Order: sequence, then C-alpha cells, then structure tokens
Amino acid sequence: MSEVVTTGQNTPQIEMTDKTTLGFWIYLMTDCVLFASLFATYAVLHTNTFGGPSGKELFNLSFVLIETLILLTSSFSCGLTILAVRKRNNALAQTWLSVTFLLGILFLLLELSEFRHLVVEGNSWRRSGFLSAYFTLVGTHGLHITAGLLWLAVLRWNLLKRGLTDITAKRLTMFSLFWHFLDLIWIFIFSIVYLFGVIGV
Amino acid sequence: MNLGIDLLGRLTVHALFNGPIVAIGQVTMVLVALAAAAALTYFKRWRWLWKEWLTSLDPKRIGVMYLVVAFAMLLRGISDAAMIRLQQATSVGTSHGFLSSDHFQQVFSAHGSIMIFFVGMGFMFGLINLIVPLQIGARDVAFPFINALSFWLFVAGMLLINTSLMIGDFSAAGWLAYPPLSELKYSPGVGVDYWIWSLQIAGVGSLLSGINFTTTILKMRRAGMTLMKMPMFVWSVLGSMSLVMFAFPILTVTLALLALDRSLGMHFFTADFGGNPMMYVNLIWAWGHPEVYILILPAFGVFSEVVATFSRKRLFGYTSMVWAIWAIVLLSFIVWLHHFFTMGAGADVNAFFGIMTMIIAVPTGVKLFNWLFTMYRGRIKFATPMLWFLGFVVIFTIGGMAGVLLAIPPADFQLHNSLFLVAHFHMMIVGGVLFGYFAGLTYWFPKIFGFTLHEGLGKCAFWCWAGGFVLAFTPLYILGLMGATRRLDHYDASLGWQPLFIVAGVGVAIVIAGIGFQVLQLVVSVIQRKQHLDSTGDPWNGRTLEWATSSPPPAYNFAHLTPVNSRDAFWESKHTKAKKSEEEYEVISLPKNTGIPIYIAAFAFCIGFAFVWHITWLGLVGVVGILGCIIIRSNDEHPEHDLSAARVEKLEKIAKRKYA
Repeated sequence: MSEVVTTGQNTPQIEMTDKTTLGFWIYLMTDCVLFASLFATYAVLHTNTFGGPSGKELFNLSFVLIETLILLTSSFSCGLTILAVRKRNNALAQTWLSVTFLLGILFLLLELSEFRHLVVEGNSWRRSGFLSAYFTLVGTHGLHITAGLLWLAVLRWNLLKRGLTDITAKRLTMFSLFWHFLDLIWIFIFSIVYLFGVIGV
Repeated sequence: MNLGIDLLGRLTVHALFNGPIVAIGQVTMVLVALAAAAALTYFKRWRWLWKEWLTSLDPKRIGVMYLVVAFAMLLRGISDAAMIRLQQATSVGTSHGFLSSDHFQQVFSAHGSIMIFFVGMGFMFGLINLIVPLQIGARDVAFPFINALSFWLFVAGMLLINTSLMIGDFSAAGWLAYPPLSELKYSPGVGVDYWIWSLQIAGVGSLLSGINFTTTILKMRRAGMTLMKMPMFVWSVLGSMSLVMFAFPILTVTLALLALDRSLGMHFFTADFGGNPMMYVNLIWAWGHPEVYILILPAFGVFSEVVATFSRKRLFGYTSMVWAIWAIVLLSFIVWLHHFFTMGAGADVNAFFGIMTMIIAVPTGVKLFNWLFTMYRGRIKFATPMLWFLGFVVIFTIGGMAGVLLAIPPADFQLHNSLFLVAHFHMMIVGGVLFGYFAGLTYWFPKIFGFTLHEGLGKCAFWCWAGGFVLAFTPLYILGLMGATRRLDHYDASLGWQPLFIVAGVGVAIVIAGIGFQVLQLVVSVIQRKQHLDSTGDPWNGRTLEWATSSPPPAYNFAHLTPVNSRDAFWESKHTKAKKSEEEYEVISLPKNTGIPIYIAAFAFCIGFAFVWHITWLGLVGVVGILGCIIIRSNDEHPEHDLSAARVEKLEKIAKRKYA
C-alpha cells in the first residue's frame, strides 16, 4: 500500500508490511462497524415519523447530488495529492491538498445549510424518531468530515513548515485512506437515506 | 443573571449531600486519597511516581497500573455486593433494611457497571499488557502511546463513575440502563449521565486497546513464530480483541444515542415520538453478549497456559483449541437475543437464538475436555493457579449448564429476570473470568515483580473465594426457582425466602475473607520477598517465551531477538541444549515517557463531567484540550530514545549476576 517504509533497526524480521498501515485499516473497520450500527438504527426508525414529514417530503435530491459531486471531487483531488507525494513533489501536493480542503469545507457548509433549512422549517431532530436517526447518521458523517478537515489542515501546515518528510508522507497516505473511506460511507448515505428516501422505500 | 448557575450548569452544593450511608463512602474515599497523598509526600515519592509510572509508555508498567486500579475497584464492587446482600437478608416483612429503594437501585447499578468495566476489563487489559508482548517475544506493543492513552481513558472513566458517589448520585436504572426508564422523562437526575459518560470514555479506551493489541499480535511476533506456533494465551487475546473491534463500536453508538436522547431531546429510545426502546435492548446486547466472551476468552487462555505448565505436558489439542476460540468468537455475535426472549420476537426467532446459544456450549466443552486431557497422565502440581483452575472447572460447568437451561425459550420465560439468572451469570463471570485472572496473576506474578506469592495464603484465599462463592450463589438458584426476581429491595416474610438470603449473605462474608487473604498474601509476600525471590526467571518450569527473560524483565524485554521454531519455544530451548552463541548487543530504541495521555484523559473527564452537569464551557475546554494534545503529540518528531549497545550489555550483566 504505502511506499514509505520506516526502517527501525529493532523491528522484528517478520514485519513485512508497515504496522501503522495495518493499525489504521483496523481502525477504519471499527469505524465501519460504528456507521453500520447507525445505518441499522436508521433502517429501524426511518418510517417512525410520528405524524411528521417523511424523507420523501423533505429531501431535495438535486441539492444532495451537488453535495455528493463535491465530496467525490474532493476524493479525486485527495488522490492527486497522493500521486504528488509519491513523485515527491511538495508544491503540487500542497496545491491539491488545499483543493481537497476547500471542497471539504464547501461540502460541510452545504450540509449545514441543509440541516439549518430542516430545523427552520420545524423539522429538527426533536420532531420524530426518523429525524433523530437522520440527523445522527448524516451528522456523524459530517463530524468525521470536520475531524478530517482539521487533520488535513495540520498536515498542510506540516508540508509547509517541514517539507515532505517520510512521516508526513505516511500520514498523508493514512489521511487519504480516511478521506476515501468517508466518501464510501457517503455513497451509502446517498443511496440508502436519500435515494431510497425519495422513492419512499 | 445568576452567574453561578451559568458557570456550574445544574451543579449545586446539594449534590454533595446524599444521606449518612453515602457519606460513609465519601469519607472513606477522601481518607484513602488523603492517606495516599500523605504517604507519597512523606516518602518524597511524587516525582518518582510521575516519572517512573504515570508517564511511562512501557506496557509492563501500564499493566501493573491496570491491576492496581482493577483491584481498588474490586474492593468498591464487593462493598456494593455486600450492601445488596445485607439489604436482601434484612429487608423482609415489617423491616425495610438499611437502604432506601432508590439508593438500593443505585448500589446494584454501580455494582454491575464497576465489576464489568473496571474490574473485569481492568484485570484483563492488565494481564494482556504484561504478558502478550513477552509471549510473542516482542519488545513493545505496536502503538505504545495509544496504549497509555487507553489506560488513562480507563482511569478517567473509573474516576467519573466514582465521582458520582461524591457529587450527585449514580444511575438507578441497572447496569445496562434500559430505556424508557433511563430516558430523561423517568430518570431526570444526573445518575444515568454519569453511567453513560464513564462507560463511554472507558469504552473508547478499550476500543483503542483492541486495535493496538490486534496489530501487535499480527505484526510484532518474533521471527519464526507463525500463527499456529503462538502460545494459547496470545490466541485467546487475539480472539478477544477481534470481538472488541466489532463489539465496542456498537457500545459507543448505543451510549451516544442514549446521550443524544437525554441531552438534545432526540427520540431513539423514547416511548413516544416514534422512538423504539427495544432497539436499545437489541443494540446493547449486540455489544453485551460479545463482551462476556471478550472477558472470558483471555481467562481461557490463562488456563491453557496454567494447566500445561503445572501438568508438565504439552497442551492437549492445540489446533482444536484455536478453532474453538474462533467458533466462540463467531457464535458470540449470533446469540444476543437470548437476553430478551420475552421481547415477543416470535417462536422462530427465539428457536434460532436458543439453538445457537446451546451450540456455543460445544466449543466451550471442547476447551474444557482439552484441559482435562492435558492433565491426564501429567505430573500435576497443585499450586495455587491450578487450584483456581479446578475451582473454575466445577463452578463454570455448573453455571454453564444453568446457562444451557436458560437457553431454552420456554424455560427462560419462567426464569428470566429472576435470581436464577443472577446466579448463572455470576458463576460464569466470577467462577470463569475472575478465577481465570486470579490464576493468571498468581502464575505471572513472579515474572512481573521478581518474587513468587506466598503459597499457603494463596490457598486460603482460594478456598474462601470458592467456598464463599458457592455458598453465596447456590441459594440464588433455589430462590430464583421459587420466584424471587432480581433487584428486590424488599419482600414479604410469608414467602420464606429469608433463610436462603441469609445463607447467601454469609457466603459473601466468606468471599470478603478471601479478599482479605489476598491482601494479606500480597503484604506477606512483599515482606518475605527475599525468601520467594525468583532467581531463575523461570520459577514454574514454564514453556513459553515470557519465561526466557529475567524477572522482572528489562524495559526492552529481550536483548536478543533469537528466532523461534516451535510452539513451546522456551521449553524446546531448555531441552535441546543448543550452544548459546555470544551475540553482539544492539542499540534498542524505546518510547520516551510522556504525560500527554494523562492530559487527554483529564480533558475527556472534563467532557464527561460537563455533559453530566450541563456545563458548556467545560465541555468546550475538554474538546479543544484533546485536539491540542493530539496536535502537539503529532508534531513531536522524536518520540523515542535509544539505549546504546553498551548500556544493554551492562543491564544484561547485572541481571545475570543476580541469578548467579
């Protein structure tokens, strides 16, 4: 996976691939279980509108499609960052990282405006079990995006101050795993929450 | 505006006063803390404590700290148990015992939560930290910093749950806080919030540990140690940590959703607005059932090591043991519904979960028979760890058969929520988990501290524990069959239950005597440590790699990483008489000490406390503090320091001289 292999003289011989990469993958899988639990609660509660509006009445698919495309593009620019890292091109890596950051911020702002719109219309998480589950699932993804953006900002700062060291390169690889993972989760949110919601399944 | 209310949320000075019985607990805790502080000041040990222990990233030190916390919590948990027993033995007919209903509910909720999260998990992670790196022949864990963070989050959770005794009150909704009772409408106080946040913080620590030790076992093994050459304890830990990775995220979500219900007015588990309380019960047991196996698997691992060592034989059926572990891991995820057969899921669903539950007895039985076959024709030495094993076999088998009985849905309809169930799961958790960890502690004590524990007092402790335990819980089976439900704070005299409750109370008194013997054993062993010195590094004629290094091991565990080529690597090396080649010493890099895990845990505690008392600014301080700590740590470019080859050689010479 990662081309950056740290060579500590004390690492046992059996260690063929990097332990940090494996550890991070395992962390992502636990996060996957976390989202799976939230998807399960959403599946249980998505019809429990308690007389309130259902997803069919609330969701604006074209708006969400724009959000989705922005997030997917940020994943693409994140991939370009890693290509630049592999070519050891610090300036290019910084540029693409900044693009990723801006797209991420844009996604987050759109999501917040969507939330705000719902709350203003009187459809907050207090309205029904369905809306609680919706806000929590989508909001947890948003919280992950926020954490990712913070991480990204620190990495961007590291690139500026220290240049493309082995450690930063490795962290960028981890970050890209994280960012693509969030993309994947969003695809599921888009399909299960929004598409199925609009169809009314 | 009243500034005081804004600054302290709903916290007022009244939170400190909760009646005379709580005051006894409060005063005791304050006195213990003051005594500890005074002792540290008198002996001028504060610096030593901070530099050598609290900031250490050495898993051996962290392991010892886990054990200390877990033992302290065992004392708290057993006090709660004694209060429950005393209440139930006396609160009959016109007498209402010494506890109010509400206080009684808090006591049993605290007892369960503390015993599972801070005693069971504490002893487990303590032993794992101490032994896993040694057994796989490694010098450290995969992520030493995260390991320390896990421990300190565990401590933050522990402090929060004990803060509930000092400030405010604890949950009165049972150890799993079922809604709608645990919702704001029915539990408006701070108790359930204390429960949520202490478990949430400690749970995140456990999850990080799960990731850490899985990576450690998969990536850090000594050259030549293939998976099927790992010691059985390591296998069992790998199984247990896999369960942690899959189960703990569910707990995190469940607790978070309940917290959202309580603090943001959401409707996940409320009885109205489209909430679904049974979803909580499903979720919590999707974590809760694997949790039991998280606790028991490492105990099974300990027994595998103990039985093989004290029978002077190879473990019987190694391969089947490994497969039994993984069968248990898999099955433990498809039995959760047996905790609530009465939910009304229907006969088909109940039948499926009933049968799955019965099937899980098969791999467990495989393990039991393998241990017995290991003993068969072995030269058995009845040392204390072996006694804990034998006690386990008897108690665990009885409890297990009661469990299979409960797995039959129609029987469960009669017995669920009764003291029969309470007796069953205590026989599994105490007779299985705790006895296993006590066996492990006695077995590995010389490796950790360099001297063995006093055998005679250890045997006294065992007999008090085993005898008292059987005496305490056998009556509960009978009471359960007579119709006594769990969590009773009062019952009618005409039921005729009181004699049995009194017998159970006597049993607990004997168990407490057992704990007394354990304390005495520790004190006497420390005083007489010169006589019990482990001068060989291998006091039991052991089989696995942890015995190949000195006791206690140096910070780097092993000076040389000699490849291994068999299952019982150390046993093999003792018996092949291979000429030891004088290898060159090498530079070893070890993680530097750091206080950052403690700071992060302190901020996590602030977040928990802020959620309990609705103190917004404190929560924000916690979040910003944690982020700041992580950023500072990630910018530390030199988290390790090197031990020169000459220094390693010197340390090794000192250790050898001790053995000469």
